[in-house]
Amino acid sequence: MRNVSRWYGNVVAVNDITVTIGPGVTGLLGPNGAGKSTLMHMIAGFLAPSRGELTVGGTPSWRNPGIYRTLGLVPERDSVYAFLTGAEFVTASARLHKLPDPGAAARRAIEMVEMTGAQDRKISTYSKGMRQRIRVAGSLVHDPEVLLLDEPFNGMDPRQRLHMMDLLHGLGEQGRTILFSSHILEEVERVSGTIQVMVAGRLAASGDFRAIRRLMTTRPHVFLVRTSDDRGLGATLIGRPAVTGVELTDHGLSVRASDYGTFSREIAVLTRDQGIRLRELLPEDESLESVFAYLIDTDGPRAR
Amino acid sequence: MFGDQARVIASITIRATMGRKRALLFAIPPLILVLVTVLLKLAHPHDPSWPSQIVGIFGFTVVLPLTALIIGTSVVGAEVDEGSIVHLLATPVPRSVVIWSKYVVAAVLTAAFAAVPELLAGLIATGGLTKLTVGLFAGALAGSVMYNAVFVMISVLTTRAIAYGLAYVVVWEGLVGNFVSGARLLSVGQYSLGVANAIAHDGTALNASLSLGTSAVMGAIVTAAAIVIAVRALSAFSLKGDAI
Repeated sequence: MRNVSRWYGNVVAVNDITVTIGPGVTGLLGPNGAGKSTLMHMIAGFLAPSRGELTVGGTPSWRNPGIYRTLGLVPERDSVYAFLTGAEFVTASARLHKLPDPGAAARRAIEMVEMTGAQDRKISTYSKGMRQRIRVAGSLVHDPEVLLLDEPFNGMDPRQRLHMMDLLHGLGEQGRTILFSSHILEEVERVSGTIQVMVAGRLAASGDFRAIRRLMTTRPHVFLVRTSDDRGLGATLIGRPAVTGVELTDHGLSVRASDYGTFSREIAVLTRDQGIRLRELLPEDESLESVFAYLIDTDGPRAR
Repeated sequence: MFGDQARVIASITIRATMGRKRALLFAIPPLILVLVTVLLKLAHPHDPSWPSQIVGIFGFTVVLPLTALIIGTSVVGAEVDEGSIVHLLATPVPRSVVIWSKYVVAAVLTAAFAAVPELLAGLIATGGLTKLTVGLFAGALAGSVMYNAVFVMISVLTTRAIAYGLAYVVVWEGLVGNFVSGARLLSVGQYSLGVANAIAHDGTALNASLSLGTSAVMGAIVTAAAIVIAVRALSAFSLKGDAI
């Protein structure tokens, strides 16, 4: 991808992105509205870039159905032909790909997602996680080198999520290029490999997942504390190692803590010892946007 | 003409179209047609004027276009609305094969739900395979082929296919076509009537204003153009991003 942008009228959804995604598992992370889906659709050939050059395996994907011989797509919208059985759906996909032995290819793909037991049931009877897996089987049936998954973990329970992550991990190990998008960082804890973080249409950070993850857990947390004696508590708090900053505001104390767990424990003890009544304790920056904003600010993950 | 890819698409399309609640919707107009014909036959068994009015005019201005509209906009349009079309399009199947298979399904289903009832109503109304019956059946078959090309095209071009299709049938064919004779030259309904009338020879009652030649040539041009446009539009099918 070179200098790829996409805008809708005056709204820029994807802003001048240059990136190369190689074999292995890559996560495309970012808050909702960051442009992840737009980027995914462009890579998948379902949207024309407004500007820039985008190729998959050396060929442009827009207006090029031939690209789907080497590319598989699991779209975000969970819309399948519910009246088909799992096996019928995957076999249909194999036949559309003109595979020499559609039945065998379908069986292999269904096995890969561990859906053999349920393959003869109608898709309408599947759980969300099963539908997702059968969709993955449908897009894997032609053994593509590149697999794109748009928000594959949406609506999955933790067990299904783990299973999906293991599956993606395994596919990545086989040398395939797997790109998935997600707006929840915690969702991807089990995926090793590279992460591209997108915020407001731009590529904000990219690098090793573990480094980004570490930054996330060690990042300072901001709490809003309201007590019967804000000033008194503030004076005590600033002496604690886990606290890196205290500010007295109109709404109460704004406290920056370096360690979430220690601070939560300490504040309870401190207020009790000093006879201060704790009225409110609110984490201020738990929104996804602040997490992503933090990642951009530190710029740390860029160093690979 | 129909390879394996087309067969897969056609079979999924048939199951999807017949499985939706819309299937009930396109069964209603032909039912009404046959029912009204039976009632009129019982009430006026020997009156020669009503068969061409009911089976002809009502059949060709209401039943045929409405059935074609619901089916034609559903084969592609409903899948675009649901998002399941992506599963078809994320494969190397040529877009022409996608459109062609779905169009053939729409034309055949329309023939079954509009042309066959026309034949049935004609048989009941005129008491046998009269010129009128055969003419109306042929006209309705031609209409199934032509209308669906137009409606499939509209459903690829816009997500409001039913509204635009209805506007075309009611406003253009019904209203404008009635007052402006030139508009009839661009009216699938008139092409169908032209074909019907060439066999039935009942021009005044059927209100057909185009000759068979004009109907056939114009019908072929409109059908071919609509399919070409639909294929081109589907080749540039875009998914909306999360920015809007």
